[in-house]
Amino acid sequence: MRVVRLLILLLVTIITPSLASAQTYPSAQDPRTNLKPGRFDAGVAASNMRLVSFSKKPAQFDTVRGLTFINSDLAFGTHFVYQANFAGFTIWDITDTAKPTLASVVECITSQGDPSVVGNLLFISAEGAGNRNDCGKGGVQDPKDHMAGVRIFDVTNPKAPKLVKNVQTCKGSHTHTVVPSPTDANIIYLYVSGQSAARPETELAGCKNGTDPADPTNSLYQLDIIKVPLNHPEQAVVIPGARIFTGLDGGGTCKQFCMPVNPNRAAGGRGGRGGAPGDAAAPAAAPAPTGPRNCHDVTAYPALHLLSASCSTHAILVDISNPEKPVRLDALADTNNFQGRHTAAFSNDGKKTIQTDEWGGGTGPMCQASSMKELGGNTIISIDAKKKQAQHGYFKLPAAQSAEENCVSHNGGIIPVPGRDLYVQGWYQGGIDVMDFTDQDNAFEIAYFDRGSIDPPAGADVPVGAMAGQAAGARRGSGTIGGSWGAYYWNGMVYSSELDRGLDILELTPSAQLSANEIAAAKLVTFTEYNPQSQPKMTWPAAFVVVRSYLDQLVRGSGLAADRTSAIAAALDAAEMKSGAARAAALNALATQVDGDVKGAKDGARVKTMAGEIRRLAAAK
Amino acid sequence: MLNYRLGVAVAVCTLLAGVSSTASAQGGMSGMAGMAGMSGMDHMNMGPEIVIPAGAIYTKADVEFMQGMIAHHAQAVVMSRLADSHGANAQVLKLSKKIDQSQIPEIQIMQKWLERNNQFAPDTASWHHVRMEGMLTDEQLTQLENSKGVDFDRAYLTFMIMHHAGALKMVDDLFMTPRAGQEVDVSVFANDVVTAQTSEIGIMRGLMAKLPPK
Repeated sequence: MRVVRLLILLLVTIITPSLASAQTYPSAQDPRTNLKPGRFDAGVAASNMRLVSFSKKPAQFDTVRGLTFINSDLAFGTHFVYQANFAGFTIWDITDTAKPTLASVVECITSQGDPSVVGNLLFISAEGAGNRNDCGKGGVQDPKDHMAGVRIFDVTNPKAPKLVKNVQTCKGSHTHTVVPSPTDANIIYLYVSGQSAARPETELAGCKNGTDPADPTNSLYQLDIIKVPLNHPEQAVVIPGARIFTGLDGGGTCKQFCMPVNPNRAAGGRGGRGGAPGDAAAPAAAPAPTGPRNCHDVTAYPALHLLSASCSTHAILVDISNPEKPVRLDALADTNNFQGRHTAAFSNDGKKTIQTDEWGGGTGPMCQASSMKELGGNTIISIDAKKKQAQHGYFKLPAAQSAEENCVSHNGGIIPVPGRDLYVQGWYQGGIDVMDFTDQDNAFEIAYFDRGSIDPPAGADVPVGAMAGQAAGARRGSGTIGGSWGAYYWNGMVYSSELDRGLDILELTPSAQLSANEIAAAKLVTFTEYNPQSQPKMTWPAAFVVVRSYLDQLVRGSGLAADRTSAIAAALDAAEMKSGAARAAALNALATQVDGDVKGAKDGARVKTMAGEIRRLAAAK
Repeated sequence: MLNYRLGVAVAVCTLLAGVSSTASAQGGMSGMAGMAGMSGMDHMNMGPEIVIPAGAIYTKADVEFMQGMIAHHAQAVVMSRLADSHGANAQVLKLSKKIDQSQIPEIQIMQKWLERNNQFAPDTASWHHVRMEGMLTDEQLTQLENSKGVDFDRAYLTFMIMHHAGALKMVDDLFMTPRAGQEVDVSVFANDVVTAQTSEIGIMRGLMAKLPPK
């Protein structure tokens, strides 16, 4: 017996990779700990970033009742920010980021409302059982009025968006991701992830639940795809989905220990939705696979024809060279019960991904000092030349949050600093955080912004009625869900969708962790449109701030001897004073010198990249 | 803050006290556990009659779901807190800790939703007398309590898979009830239960496959 146990221990030790954890348990000494609670007067702690403006939620969505009116995700186009809400969406004109103005507020019950914008079309995910075709309140009376899928709005006039079409899908749409056709500029695909079981066929024809992932008529076990002709959005159609979940049994084939039959269940089950994995209605002879049947979200990197899918227990890497026929390249399961895979992001070079884990679904306080640190955070995954994934470190918000603060790793995007991999993201009431994951084994925080909890501690006995202007008892211990749904860097600013409070716009401020040159270099990368889950490739123009970003990084990391970095800085200053051919000559001469620095440098690769950037600058007109 | 912590501590004590007193406290209730095919629960044991206010988007089924799932979660926490003292292996212990830390806040979410909607919010002790889909019978709980090491791992995983499958069935039943599951908080919560527990079932079956054969 003892020998057997020892063997198991050994086995467990062997199969559990030792994952470096960059963070220790959340610090209770952090300035973010014990901030004053309050909806609009909460205490604030910020590091290396500054709040530029805060805009309250429009009145139509300003309610304290549960999740019905919470803000969700963001999409970006020209000078507008599209902020979704479970009950519609808001279009903000951010021409002046210090003073955003409302272009329009559209009331349309659509949880959870994940948005994307392409040209004059706004796509909104609909999943909740109460969403109706007509956007109306009061819930679905007749199942035929149920809208679960993607709504398409024409936002040509941002002051008066028009609903063009509701595209219905079997599992509804929790999220969706825009994948452009590589051959036809008029075609985009929406990769749709739905969390629910398939709808009954009486509600939507052709929908079917089943346990066989390979069965092409089974509506589960597939990534749904909608094809949209941009010039005729009313012709958007559901095309056959991608069956990327086949053969993904996490625990091997179920031969020895299959799901026990639930003794409380009537024979024959209830039909209809029976057959979902884990549903005891599945016949004992045909157990459901243990692997995922859907993803929460997928992030496309169209320039590299890759998709990183966040699917429950698995991180799935998919080739999307042909967006109508995605092909699974690799699937990686976590060994630490990291199961709420939520969202992914690629490093700009495509050699790493971040996978986030929405432990607790976003409504739980999972960043307390006692919370498990390997759950509810990010994990960094490398992708090798053969497109195989390997898991590296974990990162979790390093500041303990209170029991009143729903907190877990949530949505974010890359900050385009050359030479580094930076990710800004929302952690609900854990605030906004910027993570450096350049070193895949040692991700760390470089900036944050956090407010105190919306609610006071639940036990505090605040007399009802003493809180002016609020419904009796509405906010006392009511478990208000709030914080940053997602935080994204777009054209120089960080935008964060606050679930309960409104829209925050922030900017990064120079620090020892991030220099003024690096911030300026990031501002050189702009996108007319930005949908974070359809990740654009970032390229930088030749610029002094780009070269100096690499130089600052070499100084910070002691990647090159100090006398050389000083000399290079001086040479860059001198070259910048010159113009035309003289500047080009000075830069070329400097580049040749820097070539010579590569060999002896601690971070030779970075020195080499810098030499290339100096040369590119020399060639720039 | 202090008051809150105290509240949690009391709740935890209640839960844990339940484990040792299970066999005796529930002797008279065990008959309920075998009600094959009965979904829902006996509301005589749950609380006052449910009254749905006019204009509410939620239904009686939503209230019953939230009330019943509190007991369901509470028993899962009770089961999970046995792992440490019963010699669970490292992976099972980690999973049990995850289930514990996941479901405690979910219980609060359900209680707060019920309170916000002026519905009776059962406390965690309700698992003693409420038997929802997949919950363990007294005999099964005793079997779990009396097992150690690999036997505990096997019993825990077997029962927790069944327990989770029951939760999924509760969600299924909710969404199959006309007009139910449309209130956003209930809808989001129910979907979160499906997401978390479906994948945990997969993880548990994986852990089962790694146990030595009997």
